[in-house]
Amino acid sequence: MINVTEVVETNDMIEKENLDVRTITLGISLLDCISDDLDELNRNIYNKIYDAAKDLVSTGNQISREFGIPIVNKRISVTPIALVGGAACKTKEDFASIAKTLDKVAKEVGVNFIGGYSALVSKGMTQADRLLIESIPLALSTTDVVCSSINVGSTKTGINMDAVRLMGTIVKETAEATKENDSLGCAKLVIFCNAPDDNPFMAGAFHGVTEADKIINVGVSGPGVVKTALEKVRGESFEVLCETIKKTAFKVTRVGQLVAKEASERLGVPFGIIDLSLAPTPAIGDSVADILHEIGVEHAGAPGTTAALALLNDQVKKGGVMASSYVGGLSGAFIPVSEDQGMINAVEAGALTLEKLEAMTCVCSVGLDMIAVPGDTKDTTIAGIIADEMAIGMINQKTTAVRLIPVIGKGVGETVEFGGLLGYAPIMPVNQFSCDAFVNRGGRIPAPVHSFKN
Amino acid sequence: MNKTIITVVGKDTVGIIARVCTYLADSGINILDISQTIVSGYFNMMMIVDMAATKKDFNTVADDLDKLGNDIGVVIKCQREEIFDSMHRI
Repeated sequence: MINVTEVVETNDMIEKENLDVRTITLGISLLDCISDDLDELNRNIYNKIYDAAKDLVSTGNQISREFGIPIVNKRISVTPIALVGGAACKTKEDFASIAKTLDKVAKEVGVNFIGGYSALVSKGMTQADRLLIESIPLALSTTDVVCSSINVGSTKTGINMDAVRLMGTIVKETAEATKENDSLGCAKLVIFCNAPDDNPFMAGAFHGVTEADKIINVGVSGPGVVKTALEKVRGESFEVLCETIKKTAFKVTRVGQLVAKEASERLGVPFGIIDLSLAPTPAIGDSVADILHEIGVEHAGAPGTTAALALLNDQVKKGGVMASSYVGGLSGAFIPVSEDQGMINAVEAGALTLEKLEAMTCVCSVGLDMIAVPGDTKDTTIAGIIADEMAIGMINQKTTAVRLIPVIGKGVGETVEFGGLLGYAPIMPVNQFSCDAFVNRGGRIPAPVHSFKN
Repeated sequence: MNKTIITVVGKDTVGIIARVCTYLADSGINILDISQTIVSGYFNMMMIVDMAATKKDFNTVADDLDKLGNDIGVVIKCQREEIFDSMHRI
């Protein structure tokens, strides 16, 4: 029988340490909505999503109520729209009309975000892929909750540098198109290498073509819980440190597993995966950087940070894998800058640079995430940063991503406010030397050899 | 069996257990286990109850207990047992 200490521990995690289920994401395949008539396509998409997701929010809220655990977001991911819209869309505006449909139905069913305004172009681009990519600035500036992701590389195919170069421009154009809102559009646009098909987290969620018709994916969270647990083992050896992280990750993930199973049963949709990522929020005490501090570095970015993050990421996975029957998505520690108060403090203290963040992404999930850079950063420089991050993912057989926000009209030293879970960020300096000749070459970087590892 | 954990936390006063138990009895909710301590003047109680026989649904019971808590000046939470089980039992 459960005892009072265990009940108090769980409730303290929820009430004092920000334990929550970050998201229940309903993945919906739109492949059966395809039509060569744009109006019919939009109608099919609206109807399919509405039918599948109409009970998502109320079910999430009821589960939250019964277990006493906050479920912060309810989201939808759909099949990459470049695949769905290819037959019907002949112009950028045609594609943007699908974004509007997604926005409308997402608001109608009450979800926080809908992801999947995406194209998978790791080797080459079809005409539809290119049109979708070119429509992103329009789509993201005329919708509120639609998220877009583009996969431009993978370990198996190499990096599509034409797409990388194009994305440098698209990121800038999206920033321009949403400059009235501090270039917020770029917070909803992520560029991937090795994008997972079952990611529940935004902005990168889409419903991969390898997935079933509908699926429930859940993302848990709990940086605050890990940090509090580590406070009790200050000064202890790495063995004790790692054991503590593992045990905590196990407990956190079990809650996610329970919620995922309940949601799956109640919605009659199969359970897909639990994503084990530690996802921070701007709330005080809900920070991955604070865990790194607790592990022993003065600020995120100090020497030792990459090793501390590698250890953290690995132990979270080891604990989480046993707690869940299916693990997937990105699964690791997220290190977004604007969404993590500890990261913001590290940048403001001068401890954390773009280059150190890049090094940190070699050992954890995602990548250069929610980083505000000066609005006058060149397209080619953004493309160069994307290429670097994609190369890390390609060579290390892991997912990496870039979500940069060139804030139009602002420069280094200024701050940008996104609000809500997206937080705020000091604008970080970017290396001023040019990579024009590199990114303008055109073509692809070939897939890497999988032997001779060094 | 439909086990639910009820926790009551707040400043100690006369009759907290009596009032909570009266509500549960009136609602047909069976108490399986009670543990209670006072930590520096604060009342901490945990009950394991079985809601299989009650005609009230979970939300009603949770709302009623919330109101009762406000009345007494304590916080009463009602959560299904599975969240604790899954976290603390392999």
